[in-house]
Amino acid sequence: MNKYKEYFPLLKEQQNIAYLDNAATTQKPLCVIETVRDYYEHKNANPLRGLYALSQAATDTYEEARQKIATFIGAAKASEIIYTRNASESLNLLGYSLSELALKEGDEILISIMEHHSNMLPWQQAAAHKKAKLVYLYPDKNGYITLEECRKKITPRTKILSLTQVSNVLGTEQDLKNIIALAHEHNIIVSVDGAQGIPHLPVNVQELDCDFYSFSGHKIYGPMGIGILYGKEKYLEKMPPFLTGGEMIDFVDEQSATYAELPYKFEAGTQNVAGAAGLAAAIDFVKEIGYDTIATREKMLGVKLGKALRALPYVTLYGDDDLEKHHGVFSFNIEGIHPHDVSSLMDEGDVAIRGGHHCAQPLMRYLGCGFCCRASIAFYNDEADIEKFIERIKYIKEYFYGK
Amino acid sequence: MANSAYNEILMEHNLHPDHKCCLKCPNISQRGINPSCGDEITLQLEIGDDNIIKKAAFSGQGCAISQASTDIMADLITGKSTEDAKKLSQAFIKMIRGEEISEEELSELDEATALKDVAHMPARVKCALLAWRTLEHVLSEREK
Repeated sequence: MNKYKEYFPLLKEQQNIAYLDNAATTQKPLCVIETVRDYYEHKNANPLRGLYALSQAATDTYEEARQKIATFIGAAKASEIIYTRNASESLNLLGYSLSELALKEGDEILISIMEHHSNMLPWQQAAAHKKAKLVYLYPDKNGYITLEECRKKITPRTKILSLTQVSNVLGTEQDLKNIIALAHEHNIIVSVDGAQGIPHLPVNVQELDCDFYSFSGHKIYGPMGIGILYGKEKYLEKMPPFLTGGEMIDFVDEQSATYAELPYKFEAGTQNVAGAAGLAAAIDFVKEIGYDTIATREKMLGVKLGKALRALPYVTLYGDDDLEKHHGVFSFNIEGIHPHDVSSLMDEGDVAIRGGHHCAQPLMRYLGCGFCCRASIAFYNDEADIEKFIERIKYIKEYFYGK
Repeated sequence: MANSAYNEILMEHNLHPDHKCCLKCPNISQRGINPSCGDEITLQLEIGDDNIIKKAAFSGQGCAISQASTDIMADLITGKSTEDAKKLSQAFIKMIRGEEISEEELSELDEATALKDVAHMPARVKCALLAWRTLEHVLSEREK
């Protein structure tokens, strides 16, 4: 077992498994699990409400985590960090609240065909509610949205652009900095879906100059059920609340209410404090391992996996021809074998991969495959995992069609 | 592969289906789909006035489990009455759901018992059931 797996209790316990579904969710290091446990064992109370020491401890845990997350992604202020359940909820918040602020009938929302359904369906809903039009960007053959494609699709009516940082199917990183600059020239508000980006790349929202950035904690070694929406204060302040309820108000009368200041306006009800603490611990963990190490290992393992797949004539590999640019994500098909059969037979050999449409049905149709398999790498994987996976591919092909 | 859910019978029906063809004069043709995995079949039946299923065939595409399950079903119901086909279908659904099933029912299911391990693969249950659900739909519509 390589030294990085030592951090992860599940990987230590189940050494027979080659876990290659990291784009779906990563395993959790002991420090994250212990932080969640420590919160419930020693600090648990309802934050922000109680006027006693324990509640203050919970509040401190919650707010220190927010500050840590703000610093980690380069936000100007901690109040620009909104806690959600996951990237899907962050994007739903935008689909509702940002469209209230920014869209009128006949306006256009621009997204790409590569979006996860999480960054597609909220905008379909927004377009329907506001009688706006949803317009799609299409990638080039390697899986990139070009500036030229953006220029073609931007019109005077384009008000919002919401784009993935790294595709969950192709693994390609988009040229966000230049795309955002172009969009801002046209006064378009830009939201970035970073769910597949931040696990692999250092993010600085001020350098990117995106107006919003969403991600999930559980894809970056944190707990499930905690996610982040970063937004520029100038927009968050003007946007109406998304969910309403406890602890997000200043005054409530029988017929009306005034809402709390940022970030609480967007955080209705008792929050996931243990999750926030766990995410902060995950961020410390990522800093300790270092993005350099993460990228180096993911590239090294990715090139090995990609080359081995390419060497098999019955395998089709999707995404960039340059295997170093996959961010650990390798989507493929075995000729004549349905991805669900591949996944089930992988499972029988203790290899965990994903098979299906990867919550990206329009992209699958665009690629002309409908469904595919996806192996996704994290830095804690090793050559033995890759070898096991490749052996299994050969085995499955033989099992179906002989040598 | 020892203990694989993808046993010989399943693989044989998937790779060499006997009933994957078009009937000349079917009196029933019904499409069935699993949108979440893209499995789709069109089931064709020729049912006589005596309520006997004379011929069964299918076309379509999808995973090995859905396709093999359809071919095995077509095999089993050929020559059976619609009443018996319905009973078979109920027994099959019980087996795949992991519910209790009698020895007699198991023996009636014959080769379809090759799919019994799918009961331990919750994500694949709908693949195994696609053909049988389509058959149930056809038979209950016919009774109306």
